[in-house]
Amino acid sequence: MNKNITMPRKHSALQLVGLLFSTIGLLVFLAALFGYNFTDKFLWLTFSLLAVFLGIVLVSIHTNLILPGVISQHGMYYRSLSNRGVLGWIVGIVLSVFYIVLYWFPESLGFYGNTQPNSGFVALFDPLSYFFKNEPASQWFMYGSLYTLLILAFGIRYLFRYKHNRYQIFRTLAVMAAQLFLAFLIPEILEGLNSKDAYYARDIKFFWPLNHYFFEPWHLNNMVSGGSMGMVFLIWGIFGFLVIVPLLTYFWGKRWYCSWVCGCGALAETAGDYFRHLSDKRVFAWQIERILIHGVLLVITVVTGVVLYGYFSNAQTFLGLSIYTYFSKPYGFLIGSVFAGVVGVGFYPFMGSRVWCRFGCPLAAYMGIIQRFFSRYRITTNGGQCMSCGNCSTYCEMGIDVRAYAQKGQNIVRASCVGCGICSEVCPRGVLKLENGSLYERIKSTID
Amino acid sequence: MGKHIVIIGNGISGITAARHIRKLSDYAITVISSETHHFYSRPALMYLFMGDMTFENLKPYEDGFWKKNKITLVRDHVQAIDTLQKQLILSETSPIHYDELIIATGSLSNKFGWPGQDLEGVCGFYSMQDLEYIEKHVPRMNRAVIVGGGLIGIELAEMLLTRHKNITFLVRENAYWSNVLPLEESEMINDLVRSHHIDLKLKVELKSIQGDEHGHVQSVETSTGEILPCEFVGLTAGVRPNIEFVKNTPIETDRGILVDEFLETNIPGIYAIGDCVQHRKAPPLRRPVEQVWYTGRMMGETVAHSICGSKKAYNPGIWFNSAKFFDLEYQTYGRVLPEPAPEEAVFFWKHPEMLMSLRLVFNKSTYNLLGVNVFGIRLRQEVCQKWIQTKTHIAEVIDHFHEANFDPEFFNRHETRIKLAFKEFYSNIR
Repeated sequence: MNKNITMPRKHSALQLVGLLFSTIGLLVFLAALFGYNFTDKFLWLTFSLLAVFLGIVLVSIHTNLILPGVISQHGMYYRSLSNRGVLGWIVGIVLSVFYIVLYWFPESLGFYGNTQPNSGFVALFDPLSYFFKNEPASQWFMYGSLYTLLILAFGIRYLFRYKHNRYQIFRTLAVMAAQLFLAFLIPEILEGLNSKDAYYARDIKFFWPLNHYFFEPWHLNNMVSGGSMGMVFLIWGIFGFLVIVPLLTYFWGKRWYCSWVCGCGALAETAGDYFRHLSDKRVFAWQIERILIHGVLLVITVVTGVVLYGYFSNAQTFLGLSIYTYFSKPYGFLIGSVFAGVVGVGFYPFMGSRVWCRFGCPLAAYMGIIQRFFSRYRITTNGGQCMSCGNCSTYCEMGIDVRAYAQKGQNIVRASCVGCGICSEVCPRGVLKLENGSLYERIKSTID
Repeated sequence: MGKHIVIIGNGISGITAARHIRKLSDYAITVISSETHHFYSRPALMYLFMGDMTFENLKPYEDGFWKKNKITLVRDHVQAIDTLQKQLILSETSPIHYDELIIATGSLSNKFGWPGQDLEGVCGFYSMQDLEYIEKHVPRMNRAVIVGGGLIGIELAEMLLTRHKNITFLVRENAYWSNVLPLEESEMINDLVRSHHIDLKLKVELKSIQGDEHGHVQSVETSTGEILPCEFVGLTAGVRPNIEFVKNTPIETDRGILVDEFLETNIPGIYAIGDCVQHRKAPPLRRPVEQVWYTGRMMGETVAHSICGSKKAYNPGIWFNSAKFFDLEYQTYGRVLPEPAPEEAVFFWKHPEMLMSLRLVFNKSTYNLLGVNVFGIRLRQEVCQKWIQTKTHIAEVIDHFHEANFDPEFFNRHETRIKLAFKEFYSNIR
């Protein structure tokens, strides 16, 4: 029945001003993209970033702070953007194209490697890059800056929206801080301070196997030759994967990572909040998910094994196959770029905000196994109080059919749960609670 | 070879019965409904209207579930029951024979014979058809009048607010739902309703509904003589068992279909469950007609045992219920009357600023906990029920009150305030 219904929304002056700001900011981006050469790039970059940021914040002030009532998911299925309508398709296509260009045609964005100076969109970000590390921007620097900006702006929107829920507030502040400091500022500053050292990942939470190139020879070499700082990152990366990740997952479930610090999770939880209900809840999707995500974990383990074999035995080939051409490169292309980037974000408006996290992320798969079998984390169901309404399942971004457990009075223990806490938030009867507790009777059923 | 069990009604009661019969036996099971082909969650109808969910989201089981579990679904309307031939007369298709029958037909919205109650633009809110009817009337609706201050009325108000309708809410009592809620809580809801710019009229009843020349509702007249122009009237003054089609059969009825503790009617092999039921002997401290989701589900499970030869008497345990008024969550456990009984005493706490309250009812002489009403805090059912069941002393309940908290992590906790308030209260009554 809902296809023909439109839910009228009255736009306030504040919202219109916000929309105007964002549009102006985007127009500056577009002008740069199509080759307009701003003379004072510092001014125009600052202006456009601020305009986009303020625009998003102003719009959300009205919807979430001024209108009466706490959160509501009302109208999500009546709106074009959040119900796979025309707007949704436009956003999805634009995002996908952006990722394709970013990965494979950076020259269209004005980035030509070291062959010639930046122009266009990437050049707009030169002043910021010079500020941090005294060198022109790369397409990745531009991308990282925009990504962080969006997480901060939509993070503020999310904070307004869920203002009454302290779990959501703390989680969102954490994920915003992690993106701003751990993923963006600190690595850029460190790079600036050690500009002679070759590149290696300086984001302390970017663990293997999410960081699939951690054990690549060039990356290992760059860390080893990066002095004591490089050695710290090398040891931290191995220690993190082997000890920190399993230990924290044992205590708090994988949510400590996926919805509290992870960069992919940060975008999904903030900008992706419009699309969380679009995840597929069918058992069929769950079957695909288990094959895919564990398949990716298996593949990256094999690829990394082969790469390490090549590194230590100084071989370029494995069983007669070039390690780069047949192992590292296809993984980087198919999983690292197509899956995590194009599909992972570009498909937000089609398949929800956690496509990559649910179907692809090998770190999530690794933590998922720990969460399913050796973790204190669970979602507790409050006795027999579920009335099967399905809000929990609908708004689960991971496509977990939460209701299937809740209506049996059973606790929810699932490998894929990222602990975002939305099921508990939208439950109209307060039936669900995320908590950590004894492994004894972790999965118990009270009524069915 | 197994029996053929036919269930009339695919709501929570009928479907729970079907599922449990399937767990316990391999009898043939047929579920008949004229409302929808598949089971959906009735309490979620409002979320369908408000655009929170699609109809697919409302279904607790995937469509393949029924075939996989060999439960036959029939979309038809039962006209009559032939108890002698053991068959059901249907509107569309040929009669269906049953070996045992479960009637789970739910409720109908009350209509008290108001003049104009059948005009176009007047309806109750209970079924999918009602929802479609309301949706149809949204475009021409400017002001809606909702009649009856219960759970459905406030849901309907919340729904129509999302379409920016003006709403007048007529409540017969002196405060919202005051035949169930004590006055403090009722008044809290009054304020909440008014904060959403709903025109709440207390101690006002519907007198009649007037239509225009096309038979569309035009206005209502209230018991105070006021004429309220409107384009829609929602009749939400409670529900009654949907048993019209049973009335000319040998099956005994009163307000509902009369059943024993195994949920069997006076005709052997015919059972009734859910909203349409009236218990001949109500379980301790319970009412003979209880029309809530949870009891429907429990009856569904009980009747499955009656049919599958593992009879156990219907025992709903400690009463519990919950609701949500706009953003305000409500839970109740045990017995909380609007006015305390002579043997009862009450500890009531209300947050000084926030919409939040706790009411503990206990026995005046033994001090054991009898009932809990809570607004704005989530409590653990298991803990509250244990306290009531084991007759826990009210002071001990307060001492351990943190164990019952079910709010999400990091939420502000209120045990300290509650304990302080209780200390003062307790020293006064001792």
